[in-house]
Amino acid sequence: MIQPRLLAGPPAAAGAETLSDHVARLGSLPGVERDLVRTITASGLLGRGGAAFPVGRKLHAVAARSLGDARLLVNGAEGEPLSAKDRALMASRPHLILDGALLAANAIGAREIVLYVGSAHREGQLALARAVSERRRLPLRVRLVSAPHAYVAGEESAAVHFINQGDARPTVTPPRPFERGIDDMPTLVQNVESLAYLALIARFGEDWYRQAGRGQTPGTALVTVSGAPNGGVREVEMGTRIGEIAQMSGLGPHDSDAVLLGGYFGRWTTRDLGWALPLDPVLLQSAGAPFGTGVLSFLGMGQCGVAATAAILDYMAAQSAAQCGPCVFGLRSIADTTRAVASEVATSSDLGRLERWAGQIDGRGACRHPDGAVGLLLSAMTAFAADFETHSRRSGCLANVARPSLEVAA
Amino acid sequence: MTPALEAAAKLVVDPIVCDGHGMCAEVLPELIELDDWGYPILVAPLVPAYLEPLAKRAAAACPVLALRLIPR
Amino acid sequence: MNDQLLWFASRGSGIVSLLLLTAVTVLGLISIVRWQRPTWPRFVTADLHSNLALLSVVFVGVHIVAAILDPFAKLGISAAVIPFDSSYRPLWVGLGVISVYLVIALIVTSLLRERIGQRTWRAVHWVAYGAWPLAVLHSAGSGSDAFAAWMVTIEAACIVAVTIALTWRLVAARNIRNELPLVVAATTASHAPFADTDR
Repeated sequence: MIQPRLLAGPPAAAGAETLSDHVARLGSLPGVERDLVRTITASGLLGRGGAAFPVGRKLHAVAARSLGDARLLVNGAEGEPLSAKDRALMASRPHLILDGALLAANAIGAREIVLYVGSAHREGQLALARAVSERRRLPLRVRLVSAPHAYVAGEESAAVHFINQGDARPTVTPPRPFERGIDDMPTLVQNVESLAYLALIARFGEDWYRQAGRGQTPGTALVTVSGAPNGGVREVEMGTRIGEIAQMSGLGPHDSDAVLLGGYFGRWTTRDLGWALPLDPVLLQSAGAPFGTGVLSFLGMGQCGVAATAAILDYMAAQSAAQCGPCVFGLRSIADTTRAVASEVATSSDLGRLERWAGQIDGRGACRHPDGAVGLLLSAMTAFAADFETHSRRSGCLANVARPSLEVAA
Repeated sequence: MTPALEAAAKLVVDPIVCDGHGMCAEVLPELIELDDWGYPILVAPLVPAYLEPLAKRAAAACPVLALRLIPR
Repeated sequence: MNDQLLWFASRGSGIVSLLLLTAVTVLGLISIVRWQRPTWPRFVTADLHSNLALLSVVFVGVHIVAAILDPFAKLGISAAVIPFDSSYRPLWVGLGVISVYLVIALIVTSLLRERIGQRTWRAVHWVAYGAWPLAVLHSAGSGSDAFAAWMVTIEAACIVAVTIALTWRLVAARNIRNELPLVVAATTASHAPFADTDR
């Protein structure tokens, strides 16, 4: 295990790192002579907002369209409840994030930075606000905007929509923000973790970044582990296997058999197939699993996978932006039916109906919210196939939970 | 492929504007089906030439102009 | 005989126009409530609505031309295009002129709907609620045989038809409003499963 990079320095409990400490530890902000876009592209840095899109490519796309009037939206909304990495990073390393934002803004010819921080992440908001005031003579306008506390508020087009019109609901794309975003200008939307890594790469170079990483994808990443004794946010090398992380987090061989990978919009996977999987966005994608926002939520042995899935689907249905029929009605239907299965009042034809609806809902919303829910459901029906079967035959829960509870404790 | 089957246009639905009226599926059942909640599924988004006039009618029939026929 | 012919043409085409406009209004209201049957899909209602509207323009055209040419009506062209400019019953004739203008606006915007966009089209289409009543008032006040039993019957039938359709539309309002946010809001899930959100 290599040394932490983003999380190097004082521990998170010490609070936000001040400007002087930040400069003392890492040196001052690098000058503008380096060709940042080329460096970032060469580093292979992938975005950490959930899509794992190459950061260099995004920088280039916006820079190519910018006439000096581009905008940068620093995405710290973190609407995914299972993810805590962004709020932790904002609260402890605000200057690293600001460095990354200033460097990226310069590279794309932006004249404004918008810090879009989730309203629930108070420490992060305070830390960033204080960090901005610590910097004198910023070369461009920087403003902090509080993102609404909703699951889809962090989606790219929703964030831009909120900045433009105060409405944090996704819009139909095209056009994507890199073409027309804030004030109809080319807008770079980048996750806070991506910008923090960008700031380190600008200082130490792409070769330094590529020294870490065990598989196809170089570097390190922040993950949020829950359902384990030593959970929380940690920095791991790309390519670390899930089983290793389970072990690092204090899970013994009989403590958990399944994990939710990526977030609520991610996929369930079981010990047999999953523990050997490397945490590498590219390798995971070819295995049909998402890296997502680096969430690893382990399911305890006494917890029912069907009930857990039903609870998540319920939440996803409630968090729909209520703009597209297939999402509103579709998620409602699959949530209700999965809950019926979990509560053992469903039949086997209900399972067929779930699959039918999954096929109907996928890809038919303005954003990928319904796709995420469908993906979760289908992965659950595979990972917990036996459970779904016994539940639909009303012959009890394999997790040996007498009455599957949907109120699952964290 | 015969000219009548070649596709020069495709159908797109704006899912936010779409209100599930379903007139498009009435006019163009060859290419549009309704899901279990009355919203259109574009079974085949590419429109063969012989169906283009009907596709234009379907787009014009939409009460909220959610369905559009655009060049491929 | 020719004079009588023009008078009959003007009256007859006027009555047909009123009947067509009544049908158009009723079909428009039926369209809003999304009524349909297996043998009567909704695009039939919609197409009939627009086709009868176009047909009504033809009959209104005949009505106006015949009225202008009729020497006994003493209506000039200006009376037909400027509301309340006629010397014969200026108020009632004027209401008819306005009604025609509203119908023209409705039809032109509908023909150009894809060009002008949904929002503009919808805004203009609200005047539809004015076009039909004005036509009824015009017919009740302008005709010299306005109080003939058969004429009163026709007008009463038109009013009854639209009243029923309008009532239906108002009662069915519950089905028409945007229910997507309501469906989502009806979900009881409030907390995020597995997550400790008090950070």
